[in-house]
Amino acid sequence: MKHTLAVLVENKSGVLTRVAGLFSRRGFNIESLAVGVTEDPDTSRMTIVVSGDDHVLEQVMKQLNKLIDVIRVSDISNDEAVHRELALIKVGVDSSTRAEVMQIVDVFRAKIVDVGARSLVIEATGDESKINAIEQLLRQFGIKEMVRTGKIAMNRGAKIVQSEKR
Amino acid sequence: MTKAKMPGARAVIESLYKEEARVIFGYPGGQVLPLYDELYDADIRHILVRHEQAAAHAADGYARATGKVGVCLATSGPGATNLVTGIATAYMDSIPIVAITGQVPRFMIGNDAFQEANITGITLPITKHNYLVQDAKDIPRIFKEAFYIARTGRPGPVLIDIPKDTQTEIIEFDYPQEVKLRGYKPTFTGNEQQVRKAASLILNAERPIFYVGGGIIFSDATEELRQLAESIMAPVTTTLMGMGAFPSAHPLSLGMLGMHGTRSANYAIQESDLIIAIGVRFDDRVTGKISAFAPNAKVIHIDIDPAEIGKNVRVDIPIVGDAKNILKTLLKYIKQEQAKTEAWNKKIAAWKKEYPLSYKKDDLLRPQFVVEQISEVCPDAIIVTEVGQNQMWAAQFFNYRNPRTFISSGGLGTMGYGFPAAMGAKVGKPESTVIDIAGDGSFQMNSQELATVVQNDIPVIVAILNNGFLGMVRQWQELFFNRRYSQTCLSESVDFVKLAEAYGALGLRATKKSEVKDIIKEAVKSECPAILDFVVEREENVSPMVPAGAAINEILDLE
Repeated sequence: MKHTLAVLVENKSGVLTRVAGLFSRRGFNIESLAVGVTEDPDTSRMTIVVSGDDHVLEQVMKQLNKLIDVIRVSDISNDEAVHRELALIKVGVDSSTRAEVMQIVDVFRAKIVDVGARSLVIEATGDESKINAIEQLLRQFGIKEMVRTGKIAMNRGAKIVQSEKR
Repeated sequence: MTKAKMPGARAVIESLYKEEARVIFGYPGGQVLPLYDELYDADIRHILVRHEQAAAHAADGYARATGKVGVCLATSGPGATNLVTGIATAYMDSIPIVAITGQVPRFMIGNDAFQEANITGITLPITKHNYLVQDAKDIPRIFKEAFYIARTGRPGPVLIDIPKDTQTEIIEFDYPQEVKLRGYKPTFTGNEQQVRKAASLILNAERPIFYVGGGIIFSDATEELRQLAESIMAPVTTTLMGMGAFPSAHPLSLGMLGMHGTRSANYAIQESDLIIAIGVRFDDRVTGKISAFAPNAKVIHIDIDPAEIGKNVRVDIPIVGDAKNILKTLLKYIKQEQAKTEAWNKKIAAWKKEYPLSYKKDDLLRPQFVVEQISEVCPDAIIVTEVGQNQMWAAQFFNYRNPRTFISSGGLGTMGYGFPAAMGAKVGKPESTVIDIAGDGSFQMNSQELATVVQNDIPVIVAILNNGFLGMVRQWQELFFNRRYSQTCLSESVDFVKLAEAYGALGLRATKKSEVKDIIKEAVKSECPAILDFVVEREENVSPMVPAGAAINEILDLE
């Protein structure tokens, strides 16, 4: 079972190492991790996707909470939330395939961000399954290169993940 | 008011004053020269060890004996890495120490400079938290936070790595009044609702047992524990870390449980209907085969660290908070109720009678006899141990009466811990007799500290149970590897009496039972650092024993 955790941390050097080190030494698996600064410049937010049963999840959350630089850990797996990944995909094209690729990009509401004589760079955002689907479809044309971010997620509606005191 | 200006190194000293840290165990080197220059006329007792590992263990022993934060200091690179075993030892046993290390100047960090080691990286998994000083003006705040983190919540080691150039940079010294840590707010008070539920379970239990550990000692809850146990007339078993949390000779005491625990403690756990676990972590040495552990018991688990609750066993009533505080609340709900434990106590009394800890009483000098004699001659001593058979015999055969009188590396099991830790304990508690119950193997891992105790006049007594073997490993080889004693025989060993004398310490030897008491008394009377070489039976085993992987009631007596 995959869980999505929103983790607020101090925005300072070494915090990512502490979090990643915790996962590896406790034998937890990170499926993906994305990190960036929040609306408060002193705070960063990590979105961590972790796989494991409820017992593993409980330990992950408790152990994360023990890190001094971790401010708040929330499991947002079961919440109504927007989940997004971003992928950049470089596809090899020629005059006969370019139109078809552009059509696929259109259907997925992705964007072409670079056009070359023999390649296109496509920017796609969406949840994991959408990114997987566009990747799958583009494979037949020859994917030269691909890079994906980890997932980021945010609750829908008024519910927010924030540190207690602001 | 103008703030005092001073170099970073001076700010370190001023911070230590603010934290009332007046003792440092340390060893100088290139990257801590400015710090040592400030120490030269500081009002701090610096104890020069002979190996940095000993500095960390001594700070740890000091912390365990006094309840205060221990401080150790080493230079960068090898100085810092030599602290690692000591820091890991403190981490595993939740001991509050602050380790200060020098680091190469900031502009050289990452350059593989001379004596550079990434000590914050290395100690990441073995510290509660650590710091690399990146700006000299952060020194006061970092020290404030480090001491606070080390001693509060579940205590633990904190390391502060201080680049040499920050030690000389001039800053304004402004020591913060309080810490501001958004991510660190340990729970102190237990949830009252949970405590009430626990009280009701306790009052309805027919076969309750207290399983208590280091958490009782750290939170100073021994008195509350005794009151609670006596009001419901429930037996108490302690972990190795909990020795001293409950008097060994108390009628309700079952002694230690687990791999080398008493039969009565292990049987009682297995047959209990309620385990009241306080300040313990259900370690594998305690539970044995986890799926067969206490099959009929409900579990109340009281601990300061929420991550320990539910980690190894299913818990019915978790209570997060400080043990003393929670036990006080619990006592409000439990007042000399008519206990339902009469039949249970009868059963336990029968076990205790049938299965006392014992050893062969003959003319030979056996290690258990030595520990018993130490217990008789020095009933108020602080006992520190090394690791292995000596540690188990020290736990089994000394009559503990008070908390902080048994000091041992429980979690990490660090051979070589005992002697330097005893040194730290003696510095913290100079009025107490401090005895390191040692093996000949363990003692040799840090015997260089004889120079330290002699130079600094720290009269600890090392009682070596000398069997010429790495006894615990030999015991396992005897039992599980067909007596093939691969690399465990130290027989042509050192003359420990001469070794003591070479360092200027007192060296005494006993080879017969009749000599044991005399040399203990002589050592105590001398008020000198002393090595007592007890030449004991070579193949004595620690008994009883639960084989690895067995349930704790599958316990064997060994010859």
